[in-house]
Order: sequence, then C-alpha cells, then structure tokens
Amino acid sequence: MTLEIALQSVVSGLMFGGVIGLVAVGVSLIWGIMDLINFAYGEYLMWSMYLTFFLWAGLGIEPILTVPITAVVLFGAGVLTYRSVIRPVLRGPIFAQILSTFGLLVLLRYTAWLLFRPDDRQAQSALATSVVVLGGLRVSGGELVAFAGSLVATTALFAFLAYTKTGKALRALAQDREAALALGIEPDRLYALAWGLSTAAAGVAGALVSSFMYVNPLVGDVFLLPAFAAVALGGFGNVYGAVAGGLVIGVVNVTGGTLTMPKVKLALVYLVFVGVLFMRPKGLWGR
Amino acid sequence: MTSVALLAALPLVITDIYYQHVLVICLVYVVLGQAWNLVGGYAGQWSLGHAAFFGLGAYTSTLLLLRLNVTPWLGMVAGGLTAAAVACVIAFPCFRLRTHYFAMATLAIGETLRVLFLAFDWTGGASGLVLPVQRIPSSVDMLWASKLPYFYVILTMAVVVTLLIAQVERSRVGIYLRAINQDEDAAARLGIEPRRYKLLALAGSAFVTGVTGTFYAQYTTYIDPFSVMPSMLSVRIVLVPVFGGLGTGAGPIIGAFTLIPLSELTRVTWGGRGIGIDQVVYGAIIVWLTIWMPGGVMALVRRRRGVSGPRRRDPVATPEAGVTAT
Repeated sequence: MTLEIALQSVVSGLMFGGVIGLVAVGVSLIWGIMDLINFAYGEYLMWSMYLTFFLWAGLGIEPILTVPITAVVLFGAGVLTYRSVIRPVLRGPIFAQILSTFGLLVLLRYTAWLLFRPDDRQAQSALATSVVVLGGLRVSGGELVAFAGSLVATTALFAFLAYTKTGKALRALAQDREAALALGIEPDRLYALAWGLSTAAAGVAGALVSSFMYVNPLVGDVFLLPAFAAVALGGFGNVYGAVAGGLVIGVVNVTGGTLTMPKVKLALVYLVFVGVLFMRPKGLWGR
Repeated sequence: MTSVALLAALPLVITDIYYQHVLVICLVYVVLGQAWNLVGGYAGQWSLGHAAFFGLGAYTSTLLLLRLNVTPWLGMVAGGLTAAAVACVIAFPCFRLRTHYFAMATLAIGETLRVLFLAFDWTGGASGLVLPVQRIPSSVDMLWASKLPYFYVILTMAVVVTLLIAQVERSRVGIYLRAINQDEDAAARLGIEPRRYKLLALAGSAFVTGVTGTFYAQYTTYIDPFSVMPSMLSVRIVLVPVFGGLGTGAGPIIGAFTLIPLSELTRVTWGGRGIGIDQVVYGAIIVWLTIWMPGGVMALVRRRRGVSGPRRRDPVATPEAGVTAT
C-alpha cells in the first residue's frame, strides 16, 4: 500500500462522493420538507439509468446528453408518485408512510426485473474509457464528468432554493411548517414540487453514472444506503450538509474498501451511518 | 382448537407435495409475523432488520451442526439465543431513535450483517452452507425426505407462539407495550420503563425469529446470505401482520394465509416469465394497503362489528397534519 494508491483511491472516492452528494440532496429534500423517508429513491435512479441506456441503444444518444431528458421524465414520475401514492398516505398512520415507499421500492425494482431481466447492461461511451491525468493522479473521464455534473446540478438546486420565491417557500416549509402554513404557503403544490425536484436529481445522477456503471434492477442499492449515510452525516434534512456528507461517504466507501477488504466496503458505510445515528440522532452537524 | 385440529389433519388430505410446501411456508410466516407483531405491532417499534435475526438463527444452528455435530434441536435454541443476544446489543442505541429513524437503523444493521456474512470465510461466504443431506432421513439431525414432519414441527411452533403472544397481550407486559406504542413519554411518566419493555419485546421477538431461521435452514437444507438475510425478507415479515391487522393475534395468521398463497400462486401462474411477477404483486399490495387499508383486515372486521378501528398514532384528517415531527 503506497501513498500513491491511497491518494488515488481518495480521488476516486471523491468522484463517487460527488454523485452520492447529489443523491443525498435528493433524499434530504423530501426528508427535510415532509419528514418522510423515500426508501424507493434508489429505484428512481435505476429507472433513470435504464432510460439513459435505452436512449443510447435505441437512438444513439450519448449517455451524458440524456441528462435533460431523464431529469424531466423523472420530475414527472416524482410528481405522479406524490399525487397517486404519497398524498393519500400522508393522511394515514406513520407506519403507512414508512411502508408505502418500501412498497414503491419493491414495485419499481421488480417491474424493471420483469421487463429487463436481471442482466447487466451498459451504454458504451468514449467518455468512460478516456483517462484524465490530474497532477499525477489518474481519473476516468466518465467519473470526472459525473462528479462535475453532480456539482453543477447541486449548485443549480441550491440557487433555486436560495433565490427564488418558490425555493424560499420550500425552505420555510422545511424550517417550520406551522409558521409557513400561517403565512399562507400552500403545502400541497410545494410537496409535489419537492417530489419532482427530488426524483429529478435521481434522474440527473442516473444519466451521469450511466457511462461508467452497469445498470441492473438491483443497482439502486449501491446508492440508497450510502446516500442515507451522507444525509445522516450532513444533518437530517439539511441539503447543504448532504453534499459534504456525500463526499465523506464516497471516500469511506472507496478508500476504506481499498485499505481493508473490498468486500466489506459497504459494511463500513453502513457502520458510519449507524454510528452517526446512534451518537447524534439529529445528524453529525444537525442542530 | 378445532381449527388447529383441522390444520393438523390437512396434509393427510392434501398429498400434493407442492401444496404441502405452501402450507409449511404459510406457517413459517405465521410464526415470523407473530414474532414481529410483538415488537412492531404491540410495542410500535418498526424493525426492518428482522431478516438478520432469522439469518443468525439459521447460521448458528447450521454451523453448530456442520462443525461440532450439535443436533439442530439444540442448535435451534442456540440460534434463538444468538439472535436475542444480538437484539439486546443493538437495542440500547436503537431504542433512542423513534419511528422511521429506528426503522432505518435496524435496516442498516441488518444489511451490515448480511454484507459481513457474505465476506467471511467461516460462513461459507456467497457460496453458502449445505446441510448434511446425505444423512436424510434423520430425526436427530431434523432432516427428513417427507414434508410431513416439517409440517408438524412448524405447526407446533405456530400454535405455541400464537398462544404465548396471546398470553403476553393479556398480561401486564402487553398493556405496558401498548401504552408505550401510544405515547412513550406519557408511559414513562406513569412509571413504566419504556426501554426495559421494548428490550423485552425485541429480545423475545428476535428469539422466535432466530428459532424459525433454524427451522427454515433445516427445511431448505441450504442457506446463503441472499436467502436468509435479505432486507426484502424483513419487509415480507413486516407485511404479514400489517396485512392482517397490526397488534392483533389473528392478524399474522390472516396475513400469512393470504399473502403467501397469493405470492406462490402468482409465481406458479406466471412462472414462465421468470421470477419477478410475484414481487411486483407484493409491491402493489404494499402500496395499495398503505393507501386504502392501513389498519389491515382486522380493522375491517372490527368496523363491521361496530368497534372502533385500531389505534392510530396520528388520527388526523388533513394531509398537512399527517407529517409529524419526531
């Protein structure tokens, strides 16, 4: 284990962490605004990857260029999910809320399984095989673009939350629902918007990782628990913290795996998550 | 009583091995559903990590049998105790967390264990463990060629567990658990130690789940982390009492005898399309249940009888108020 390998793995970890950051922001958005956990989040990402794959296979569109398409389609899927499943469930007991997104997970995953079979598929892109050398460290072009794309998408989302009136209303709803309601903010449309934005983030992430990752019906698992861990590190519902959490988790995942046993790298991520949950139930940097 | 007798006589009438298999799996889920109901339904602690207890039971007895030649009848108890011990260890930090945080922590712990069992060599890793099938049939090794002995073992377990939990429900502990479910802080102020009773419920639940894991290992004669520890198994376990009626003794029985045949039926009917369709049906049932029938079948039964529905933690009418801060 030389220093170079360690540094190399940290860089790879950061690249993956950027994507996890975007995914974590998507999870965190719903979490913060509605106090609801979307267990099906990874499945939206998986469907986005399939969309990218078939756009590439059918129409020959370069995976990276499918980002706007997957973002729009997944936005629609999120709004539809909110209107058809989440809104009615919010009236029910809390366990129904936990179970409903788990039901969505099963439904979305095995519908893909049924339609596409559990085979690995990957869009071929020149980007994936290209290598960029940064100060002696090698980075795959696909990963670098995914990292940069995730940062751009996250920044755009933050700008929306910080500067637009709707974004401010969303933040108000997350901070203090009662007060927001008293101010005349209508939650229903904002909830729908939050769902749309959240799944659109999964859409972007799915298209970005498609140039270097295989897609199969179980691929959502690669993202879901690491994203939860990132959200926990960043403070539950804190979208800014989620990005930082994503970078940390990316490094733990890749570097931790390289330094110990690659087979247990996911266990390390889960342990970080559980550890944070136990020590700081409100998140490491939570209030 | 009569229904138990009828059930006991059933495999004598149903000689088709496949249907006997469905019966055994139904009873496995009755036991698992009852066990989960104790901690999830009565005490309101939403564990999504019960697959880990199941897997621990299966691995403990199988490793004892393979390595030390310990009979699974003893291994069963060891498996249950191992699961209960692990439950006690994770209980202390987990019980600080409420509702979905608790659910997430148990989910993550379950997945951690699964990943570790996949990575270790002494668990057989991804290739799993095969029970000594060359010794079939052997009552000492709990290995039989016919489904009948398995059926009677699991039937006994189902009856014992159902009666035990009915006993607990009527006891002081049962009342405490429901008080904790309704309002933990209020229960604590009344002098009930929530942690102590939640721990009791989780350990008991884990024990029964571990014992069932041993039975399942003996029944299928092969285990690996994908078959005995997946998080989907945890969800399937949760679904049984939720479908039938949370916090009711009849709930897990109704749930198991509805969901398992349904899942088997879809698998067999559309088996040509490969696995997946039964899972799609499962997913659709979950979503449908949470929207239209969150109280399960028992809530419908009670409503018909004119009794009020099951306790809801958030009896609210507006979607806004449905989101509670934890």
